[in-house]
Amino acid sequence: MLGEGILKGLAETARNFAGSFVSAERLTTVEYPEQRIAPIEATRDFPFLVYDGTDPEAGLRCVACQICEKECPPKCIYIVKSTDKKPDYVGKLQIYPARFDIDISVCMSCQICVEVCPFEAIKMDTAFELATTDRFGGLLYDKKELSKSNEHYHAIHPTEAAEVDARLAEEKAKGEAKAKAAAAAALAKAAAPAAATPVPKPAAPAATVPAVKPAEGESKP
Amino acid sequence: MNFAFYLISGLAVAGALAAVLLKNTVHCALALTVAFAGIAMLFLQLGAQFAGFAQILVYIGAVAILVVFAILLTRGSETPRDGVYSKFPLTGLAIAAAVFAVLGWAVLNSASALPGAETTSAAPTVTVMDIGNALMSRYVLPLEIVALLLTAALIGAVIVAMHEKEEAN
Amino acid sequence: MIDKLDQVFVLLTQWVVGFLPAFLQPVAVVVIAVAAILVTFPGLFAICVLLERKGLGRMQNRIGPNRVGPFGLLQPVADGLKSLTKEDLVPLSADAAVHFLAPVFLVVVVFMGYAVLPVGRNMTLVNMDAGLLFYFAMGASTELSVFMAGWSSRNKYSLLGAMRAVAQMISYEVPLLMSSVAVVMITGSLSLNAIVDAQNVYTWGLPHWYIFTPWGFAGFVMFATAATAETNRSPFDLPEGESELVAGYFTEYSGFKFAEFFLGEYVGMLSISGLGATLFLGGWSAPLQVLGFVPSWIWFFGKVMLSMCVFIWLRGTLPRLRQDQLMNFAWKFVLPFTMLNLFVAAAWRFMGDGWLRWVVCSAVLVIAYVVMGRVGMRRKHFGPRSYRYAE
Repeated sequence: MLGEGILKGLAETARNFAGSFVSAERLTTVEYPEQRIAPIEATRDFPFLVYDGTDPEAGLRCVACQICEKECPPKCIYIVKSTDKKPDYVGKLQIYPARFDIDISVCMSCQICVEVCPFEAIKMDTAFELATTDRFGGLLYDKKELSKSNEHYHAIHPTEAAEVDARLAEEKAKGEAKAKAAAAAALAKAAAPAAATPVPKPAAPAATVPAVKPAEGESKP
Repeated sequence: MNFAFYLISGLAVAGALAAVLLKNTVHCALALTVAFAGIAMLFLQLGAQFAGFAQILVYIGAVAILVVFAILLTRGSETPRDGVYSKFPLTGLAIAAAVFAVLGWAVLNSASALPGAETTSAAPTVTVMDIGNALMSRYVLPLEIVALLLTAALIGAVIVAMHEKEEAN
Repeated sequence: MIDKLDQVFVLLTQWVVGFLPAFLQPVAVVVIAVAAILVTFPGLFAICVLLERKGLGRMQNRIGPNRVGPFGLLQPVADGLKSLTKEDLVPLSADAAVHFLAPVFLVVVVFMGYAVLPVGRNMTLVNMDAGLLFYFAMGASTELSVFMAGWSSRNKYSLLGAMRAVAQMISYEVPLLMSSVAVVMITGSLSLNAIVDAQNVYTWGLPHWYIFTPWGFAGFVMFATAATAETNRSPFDLPEGESELVAGYFTEYSGFKFAEFFLGEYVGMLSISGLGATLFLGGWSAPLQVLGFVPSWIWFFGKVMLSMCVFIWLRGTLPRLRQDQLMNFAWKFVLPFTMLNLFVAAAWRFMGDGWLRWVVCSAVLVIAYVVMGRVGMRRKHFGPRSYRYAE
């Protein structure tokens, strides 16, 4: 019948109107900036550099390999390598970035730098209220502003951070096991001329293999 | 004759003059609307409420719109290249004089319209009910003829429009 | 005391005018009444604008404006200031005189309509014998202003919008008048005061409002439809559709002239709501006899605001009608239905009192509605397309 649809529509709108005063389902407005919705975990805005521990200089994971600089599509990353070296998380001496600048007015949040970094050193932050009145460099972030702790990374992306930590721990364990095996091999090598039997030598590689397997097995999440 | 009459008739005459003297056709149509409004105010001043409001409703609300639509849908909205004055001024003057003579004779022959002859207090106030009664009893034949004429015009318009569509097919 | 409250404005006017010499008194009464209209209805316009934005917001699951003042109550002030301080652009090729006159003409004509509305008991500005005719005469003049606005902008989109608007207003003018003619027929007078007095009668405490009769209800629905179309209001707002024609006939207007068009549209809506209230909802009479102690002007404004709420409700619900759908609706459904309504009203009058006339009139109207709904609104079956080129 003519007009039926109109009446149904009017009823729906009236329900919306009345419902908007009582239920949150019918009034979905979030009055920013007084109210905020918590961002989901996969939120990404601009990159930041992760450091382990408490010292941003010593614990910085970045080794200035410049892969992210080369892969960045709008070329917003600028890295200057250092001349000396510092030990990384496994103890190996690595160079570090003397300068690491990201121009966030150019950055397009494509996350390519995160995807290509082999050292889990650069990750995406979730802060977006970064407007500033300083237009001559207020949006150019240097290493100090970009370095944020691993705890911060855990806070904003817990699942990802746990995964990264596990992977890093496993690699560390692998490295340590390898170092132990190498040390044991060196010890065995040093002990071999002293001993007469060549039995420990073939036993050494055979001994390392079962040593690695349980370590691998226990570090898998 | 009071001041209001002169003012209103001045407005009506000015509107009519503007309607024939202005260059832009749509301006002329709008000036004609002013003339219509002047006539309506004259009706109201005489106390003929129904006639006055019907004048506004019909002339300004419908006839003026019709005139502007006609101007717009044809090419009349362009300003004419030649002058707006007619090529035959003497013939125009003769016809205008003849029309004025006829109207003058009609006005002078209706005695109550003369100033000073009879005061307006003697004229009865006509209500809408009186007009309705008169239309249905004394003037029913003119009413029916006008209705027939309007129906014929309506049917003619529909046929003209339909005919155009058939031609296009 | 209750009477005093009911007539408070009349008594106030008489008291103020009493201070003036005798020869100035009639003029002073008129001046005070006109000033009251010019203050009240734009004030109501401000309230309506806010009501519309917040109401539409709630219907669309969002909050309306709430930053300016508590709950956004000062938003109309902000809007007014914005309109006043914006630059007034007149296109170079526009017809300056007509461009300036169009909004002025609209506002003047729209306010003239208030002269005959009975806002309360003894509260009509001019008690005319042909009051309804005066109102419609003023309503017809608004179309001319719309056309002037569209044409003077020298903008094809404005002109198109103006043509559409005028076509729409003319088409719906006829059903508007026909549905009011039924009321006039039953009352026997064109005077709006007489119409309200005829409805101010109570049987068993219920009033004789025309909306409570079958022909009155149908007439009211048709009147509301035609009124929505006359004021270019959604779902009939194609002429000013923001998504089609920018702003239609007032595209080239900015600043205060735009505010005048806006004011004209809303004041026109209030005016036609007032007319609808007068013709069908009993004007200033109370809905129940026991509520007669409430002042009459409160009832009138209450009914006007209720009509505005319904307008806003319709706007929030219905999608826009296309031009040809609009025209089809007017000529193939609304007009025949209002003509039938006239016959039904006549039958009502001549059948005399009793239950029979209720049954017969209601049956005729319902059957006609269903039949005409099926027949008149049948969708066209499209054949092969034919093209007509402009010569």
